[in-house]
Amino acid sequence: MSLLELKNISRQFGAIHAVEDVSFKIEPGEIVGLMGDNGAGKSTLVKMIAGNFPASSGKMVFDGREVQFSQPSDARRAGIEIVYQDLALCDNLSAAANVFLGREIMRSVGPFKFLDHRKMRERAAELFRELQSETRPRDVVKRMSGGQRQAVAIARTRLADAKLVLMDEPTAAISVRQVAEVLALIKRLKERGVAVILISHRMPDVFGVCERIMVLRRGHLVANKLASTSSPEEITALIVGAKAAA
Amino acid sequence: MNKSPDASNLDSVFSLSERSKLGEMLRSQEFWIVVAVLIIGAVVGMIAPRFLTSANMANILQNFCFTALMAIGMTPVIMTGGIDISVGSTLGLTGVLLGLFCASGYPFAVVVLFVLLVGTFVGIVNGALVSYLKLPPFIVTLGMMSLVRSQTLVVTNNQVVYDFGKAGDTLLALGSGSFLGVPNVLWAVIVSAVVMQWLLSMTKWGRYVRAIGGNENAARLSGIPVDRIKVSTYALLGAMTGMTAIFLVGWMGAATNALGQGQELQVIAATVIGGANLLGGFGTSFGAVIGSVLIEVIRNALLLAGVNPFWQGTFVGLFILFAVLLERFRSTRA
Repeated sequence: MSLLELKNISRQFGAIHAVEDVSFKIEPGEIVGLMGDNGAGKSTLVKMIAGNFPASSGKMVFDGREVQFSQPSDARRAGIEIVYQDLALCDNLSAAANVFLGREIMRSVGPFKFLDHRKMRERAAELFRELQSETRPRDVVKRMSGGQRQAVAIARTRLADAKLVLMDEPTAAISVRQVAEVLALIKRLKERGVAVILISHRMPDVFGVCERIMVLRRGHLVANKLASTSSPEEITALIVGAKAAA
Repeated sequence: MNKSPDASNLDSVFSLSERSKLGEMLRSQEFWIVVAVLIIGAVVGMIAPRFLTSANMANILQNFCFTALMAIGMTPVIMTGGIDISVGSTLGLTGVLLGLFCASGYPFAVVVLFVLLVGTFVGIVNGALVSYLKLPPFIVTLGMMSLVRSQTLVVTNNQVVYDFGKAGDTLLALGSGSFLGVPNVLWAVIVSAVVMQWLLSMTKWGRYVRAIGGNENAARLSGIPVDRIKVSTYALLGAMTGMTAIFLVGWMGAATNALGQGQELQVIAATVIGGANLLGGFGTSFGAVIGSVLIEVIRNALLLAGVNPFWQGTFVGLFILFAVLLERFRSTRA
């Protein structure tokens, strides 16, 4: 059974057809690259999956049930987490505090409840160990590298035990060395059985970790094929429209 | 490149504390302001020996409290990236209403409750305009500063309130009394500072206050009720201002309609000198207290050293600039 299935999903904004008649399936533990030029509809598609806004038409099945998310928290509850491009972290807080933001572990003494700093640090350390990232739970995010920030953002999704993680350009703004670190993190998610949709402009990253590549052009899904049967040249041609479909 | 350290190696990384406790202290703004207070005290003590007398110390410890109480309340507001410049006016309004209600014969407890509610109400209005209508906090509270000060004049009809009726005895006893040799208002500062710091570092509310100041958008995406938390910080500051009015009027024995005029600047200065960042995200209640002490020490020291009091503002101003520079220096080096 597929983890996520989209059937004839469309979305219009007034007269603009941002996404038109898109259908695809994502299997559990699969890493899929979603590519396309600016304005091709990638963000719109991802935002529908994440529950930011509903589809104009079409059906979405997640984990065996037909779903209609009206807000991001619905999607999150179902097991879909999104890692935002700007990461949505609080620079002034520690890595552990960021991992647990909005889902703090509390300790109660009598009628009072307060933050269990130690348990949160320990649990955060466990998650970073699982991701094999050298990120210290106590460190303030402000002083972290791009790769460590990604580790914090990804640890957030692990905390929720998400089944599907949507990643929006995770390697756009970091150094080459850290890109390798982030790609390793994505593979680590796969090992845990988590499916990942990776939105990226960077061909080497997509071919480095994705098993399957989907290409959107002007709202249409023009390709959905195994990475092993394609090439960066073919994908580029599909993105810019030199090749109609594959 | 793609190094994957083994598990035992990672454990040693995790257990590393980023910096020692001593290093942490040397980097904190609060520490350096304490040092500044001690240096000023030593220097002024040599010039004017009266400064170090116990009578004068008691004087300082009484005087700084009113600013400190409000600065403790101001801390979470500033931590969320907000500001409230209406607190001086709110102090005035709650002060005269306290007097008027005492004079009309209500029991003291009822008057106290009422005054706290008025302060909270002003805070809620400020907070709601800032959070739900997304208006800039500076402008909202600037408007409120004018509105509330005007209402202070309206309700008193420009008269000084000094006859507090039956509840007056309790009010004056509270304001000028002491417990175990420590003035009541200083107890209020100590308890408020401890409770506030506990709230800031041990509760979800405190964590969210900090998070909102760090990245409001991220806080929202994490499902934090950003607007309600912001309103709560302004409401709490309003209540603390009402409480300050009770101690202040009880101590002075009269409520004038100029009560608290200009005090908002002292409160904000104290909070910022103590290490709160106006951009949000940082601050402690201890910092607010020590910032208030510094301002009062400067005022008192200049008086005793025989310096023309017109110079006070210059020194307080220099310390605000010094505090901001210190903050900049710390954050770029960190």
